[in-house]
Amino acid sequence: MIKKLENTQTIQIEKEVSRLREATGATTSGSVLTLVILADPGHSSAAREAAVRASHEHPCRIIVHVANDPEAEDRLDAELEIGGEAGASELIVLEGWGRAAVPTESLISGLLLPDSPIVAWWPHSVPENPAEHSVGKIAQRRITDSARQADPMPTLAKLSDNYVAGDTDLAWIRLTLWRIQLAAMLDQLPYSPVKRVVVSGSSKSPSVVLLGAWLGHKLQAKVSLSTTSAERGLYRVVLEREDGDIVIDRPGHNIATVSSPDTPDQQIALPVRTLAECLAEELRRLDPDEVYGEVMTEALPAGNIVVDLSENDTFDEGIEFTEVFDA
Amino acid sequence: MSNSQEKNPLRDPRDRRLSRVAGPSALVFFGVTGDLARKKLLPAVYDLVNRGLLPPSFSMVGFGRRDWSDDDFRQQVRESVEAHSRTTFREDVWNQFATGIRFVQGAFDDDQAYENLKATLAELEETRGTQGNHAFYLSIPPKAFEKVLKQLSAHGLASREDKSWRRVVIEKPFGHNLESARELNSIVEEVFPADSVFRIDHYLGKETVQNLLALRFANQMFEPVWNANHIDHVQITMAEPFGIGSRAGYYDGVGAARDVIQNHLLQLLALTAMEEPISFNASHMRAEKEKVLEAVVLPEDLSQSFAVGQYTSGYQGGEEVNGFFDEKDIPADSRTETFAAIKVGINTRRWSGVPFYLRTGKRLGRRVTEIALVFKKSPNLLFDNNEDSGQNAIVIRVQPNEGMTIRFASKVPGTQNEIRNVNMDFGYTHSFTEESPEAYERLILDVLLGEPPLFPRHEEVELSWKILDPFEEYWEQHQIKPEPYEPGSWGPESSYDLLARDGREWRRP
Repeated sequence: MIKKLENTQTIQIEKEVSRLREATGATTSGSVLTLVILADPGHSSAAREAAVRASHEHPCRIIVHVANDPEAEDRLDAELEIGGEAGASELIVLEGWGRAAVPTESLISGLLLPDSPIVAWWPHSVPENPAEHSVGKIAQRRITDSARQADPMPTLAKLSDNYVAGDTDLAWIRLTLWRIQLAAMLDQLPYSPVKRVVVSGSSKSPSVVLLGAWLGHKLQAKVSLSTTSAERGLYRVVLEREDGDIVIDRPGHNIATVSSPDTPDQQIALPVRTLAECLAEELRRLDPDEVYGEVMTEALPAGNIVVDLSENDTFDEGIEFTEVFDA
Repeated sequence: MSNSQEKNPLRDPRDRRLSRVAGPSALVFFGVTGDLARKKLLPAVYDLVNRGLLPPSFSMVGFGRRDWSDDDFRQQVRESVEAHSRTTFREDVWNQFATGIRFVQGAFDDDQAYENLKATLAELEETRGTQGNHAFYLSIPPKAFEKVLKQLSAHGLASREDKSWRRVVIEKPFGHNLESARELNSIVEEVFPADSVFRIDHYLGKETVQNLLALRFANQMFEPVWNANHIDHVQITMAEPFGIGSRAGYYDGVGAARDVIQNHLLQLLALTAMEEPISFNASHMRAEKEKVLEAVVLPEDLSQSFAVGQYTSGYQGGEEVNGFFDEKDIPADSRTETFAAIKVGINTRRWSGVPFYLRTGKRLGRRVTEIALVFKKSPNLLFDNNEDSGQNAIVIRVQPNEGMTIRFASKVPGTQNEIRNVNMDFGYTHSFTEESPEAYERLILDVLLGEPPLFPRHEEVELSWKILDPFEEYWEQHQIKPEPYEPGSWGPESSYDLLARDGREWRRP
């Protein structure tokens, strides 16, 4: 059921939500968290869709705040959706102008679920300092997406400077399948030191940097990033060891070729995941991701990552990676 | 798994995103044309591949009588994957998976077929790098277990060289009484070591078990009342609205008690009643389950502690249905029960004096599996104790709509001081489970990873038979004739009497 409210206040919105819930028979709530999406105008639909999909695994209340012109007259509109398309979630889209264009705790607190954890997600832009943001401050989890910025290095540097336990970034989440495969490959081989790690991908992809940083830190190895001017994407990882190279090469979107010493090349599924899949993974645990924290606060600042722009990497030029499908 | 894992610098216990991928291995399916294989097992394997949780070398071999080539089998697998897989079908992932699929044609006693299987596995080791790790999934009737196991052993398929592993998966039933369970076990364990045997009860997925343990031990509010001080009795029910259908050949002579109580209901009893294990470690889990099963005591007068029944024909839920004796191949003098209820006690401080009533049956009111802990009545001095108000219950629904209901009394709004029982409901399926891995994916992955904690060991199987055997023997000895019950009811009159004698009554699930 969908309901639009114009020029309204959160008290009315909350009342309307209760009314809709009763009307649809959704009188008990299995919601486990409140997801607050802090969106830019005109860009919220992909994030909204992903959140609704993710809510199938994690029933939640989704509050989308769209920041319209802050110079305009104060005004708050809302669109509520319960049941139907919204599935397991309760969707509240707030359109704010003027003072309502600035998402703050004061503005939205009447709509937060009691007792449940709050997750703040900036789908398009990385805020100055997530943990100091009015909504970020009350959230247990703060999700940014550094792949949305043009240049990953300064963005990651800022996230690193301001890191607080509970922060996380989609560029890191997109790496999970790569990291699973890399760890699994090392499980199968006798220990041997890694001399150098080479990660190849787009110079605009923060995932390339984060994967390099994680590997360099964990393996105590030098890291080279071999980057191309392609729009986005992560194509290949090489771990150079005494006994030969370990390589995961994924030129397309789904299938990677893995090579390791003394074994014939093999193929595995390593799909680029959708935003919804990444978000669903993220919402599975809300305690701080300590490993991400270590990468941000120790591995990145250590600065032993060499970026090599000149190396010509072969990858399938026909395949496009966008910000959302960055790794 | 390779022992280099401890030295893998990428592994970090804090890194919870890093799920484990199975090591190089091949999975051999016996009984690959069965319903279970087509609808559940094969799609689950594909889903694992699609999620990147199986290694690149992973290979799958079907063993069966059909005259199929590898390609015919691939086509079969593809069809069942396309029809039943949980994750999206991706052509390129399928192609990669399909290269590791083989079919070996033969009967279960055909020596040549096992030699072919051996050669196929050797070829896969050579070309795909399965490193000689093999799991055998026996999705076959129990009669065939022995044959297949002996053949595997005779052809050297069960023994291992070097560091490779062999594992075997068998499904319930595990024997039909204590003696036969021991026999079966000795055959299995003659061929495979105890920790390589995975016994599977597909009614009881790992997820369910873990949900139950989480409910009991991850909360503070339930444990203090989870004992004889507060609980009056416990009812564990598994009901099916269906008859035995075409399963007469299997069902006749087995019956509801052996089919369901011995494994499923007693496992649920163990999980409900056991003490908190020190960890999820296999041996700790087993220790607690075995302890509580061993503490189960049977009532002194067995004749007053059971009910058995057979469904009659009738008009159930808008459909004319067969009675048990109308089913194909059921002899007119069959004493096989399609409904069984038993009462047992648990001789521990926690449960002393709390009866556990277990019931199961075919052609009952609806499909349901649940555990109900019924509390002692509240003294209710303030309110009129009409109906059963004030008798609280915690009901754990295992399926369908997995979740929990808490039943408590509330005042009826209005002028009078009236009390009514109300339900408070929690459902996992309010969507938690929609995207959660299917039970079979976890199960197959656990087998390939070699993680057995929630699979029952033969000690548990034997303890369960020790509980059920006296009932079976009593029924045999006294030639107990099961009492007829209407289809769509909740069992025969004697089942109600069983509780009425104790001043209690069954919940209507």
